[in-house]
Amino acid sequence: MHYNIFSKLSVSLALFSATSLIVPANAQEQSHQEDSDSIGVYIKETIEHHLSDSYDFTITEGVSFPLPVILYDEGIKMFMSSEFHHGESLAEVNGNFYALYHSKVYKTEANGVLWLGSIDDNHRSEISEKIKEGFTGKLTIRSEEDVSYYMVQHASSGHHDSEEDQSEVITVSKCDENGQINEGEYPTNAKPLDFSITKNVFMILVMAISMFFLFKGAARAYKTGQTPRKAGRFLEPLIIYVRDEIAIPNIGKQHYKRYMSYLLTVFFFIWFMNLAGMTPLGINVTGNITITFSLALITFLITQASGNKHYWMHILWMPGVPVILKPVMAIIELIGLFVKPFSLMIRLYANMLAGHVVLMSIIGLIFVFGSWLVSPAFFGLTLVLSLLELLVAALQAYIFTMLTALYFGSAVEEHDHH
Amino acid sequence: MEIPEIVGAGLIVIGAGLGIGRIGGSAMEAIARQPEATAKIQTAMLIAAALIEGIGFAALFAK
Repeated sequence: MHYNIFSKLSVSLALFSATSLIVPANAQEQSHQEDSDSIGVYIKETIEHHLSDSYDFTITEGVSFPLPVILYDEGIKMFMSSEFHHGESLAEVNGNFYALYHSKVYKTEANGVLWLGSIDDNHRSEISEKIKEGFTGKLTIRSEEDVSYYMVQHASSGHHDSEEDQSEVITVSKCDENGQINEGEYPTNAKPLDFSITKNVFMILVMAISMFFLFKGAARAYKTGQTPRKAGRFLEPLIIYVRDEIAIPNIGKQHYKRYMSYLLTVFFFIWFMNLAGMTPLGINVTGNITITFSLALITFLITQASGNKHYWMHILWMPGVPVILKPVMAIIELIGLFVKPFSLMIRLYANMLAGHVVLMSIIGLIFVFGSWLVSPAFFGLTLVLSLLELLVAALQAYIFTMLTALYFGSAVEEHDHH
Repeated sequence: MEIPEIVGAGLIVIGAGLGIGRIGGSAMEAIARQPEATAKIQTAMLIAAALIEGIGFAALFAK
């Protein structure tokens, strides 16, 4: 899903780099074209890196700290992500070898080979033999019927001379006779179950702990008096807003108390995570579909668990419509049951992801144009869009909580008119 | 001639934009007529806009 956005983004970047030729800059058009192409690739990579989850926490270019990798592969294996050296070397745990390839962990043999795409089993042993001899580059294997070409590449750039005993990651992929590799192939190596504390998990833990203490502190003030103190002064109006404007009107006075804890948690979690995404640390928790999926799943489960007789009646045997229509309505309502949380998931994910992509591509345009004339305009645009994103951060938290409350309300609604 | 998929995505975005625009415009009119119902109208407007927006985003990921 991510890559689709990038392909579209690259189209727009290409368009902009084409127009950048009009802006008076370098006289040599040829070299300028090549420059903006490589900048486009670099911007794409930066955005991709910013949006995707990773095994280390990058604060700025070159300053990062590793996070623990926890794998389940015939027992729990734990090590720090620094052992990967950004995907260049193998991590070894009790005779098991793991390699990092495009932010995913794969299991390898001791020789550290990642097989990209489907490669013939008979050829594998032959390639492994060659690698043992220290082979790199294009490998030609002739069999009776046809000729196959393989490209053997070392992941490291080769110019770090310390720790020579560290085993390297080697990728093997199919190629044509000119050495052109098939792009977009993924390793076929086994993937161990991954329970790592990645950047996103780390941020969720940090946020959970800080939210716990923040709200605990706000609640403590009410034990001694009715006036909130410190952070409570900021949080009280928001909590009351969630209660009076979101929970009570949608769920009703009778039942709303049961759901307040979940609504408040979801509201503040999404809001704070969205705000954390506006910092330049490259945090993209709410723009990750697995996290919005989990949030939507919890909403879905709570809704179904608290559905009363009338709720299920309205789904399975809609009252007040002709009998012929009732099964049709039941099918539509059952589909609607799953569409609701699905739209919750997509809305939050797409909003946050699109916001990040747009902001970063506009920042990227400054480098594509590379001109003093247009940079201030893009800077201003970034500033305005950042302010808009601050609004969107709060709005998405509000809408997620609002719709969640609406679904809860529909599940517990009492019908007196029967 | 084959029409690239990005054209379809653009059409969806135009549709979603028109839809949200209509919602916003109608809400404005409603608020002008009944300023005392502003809060309720705004809530309804945001929900409806959010639902359409979901379709708009589907365009971004459609392939």
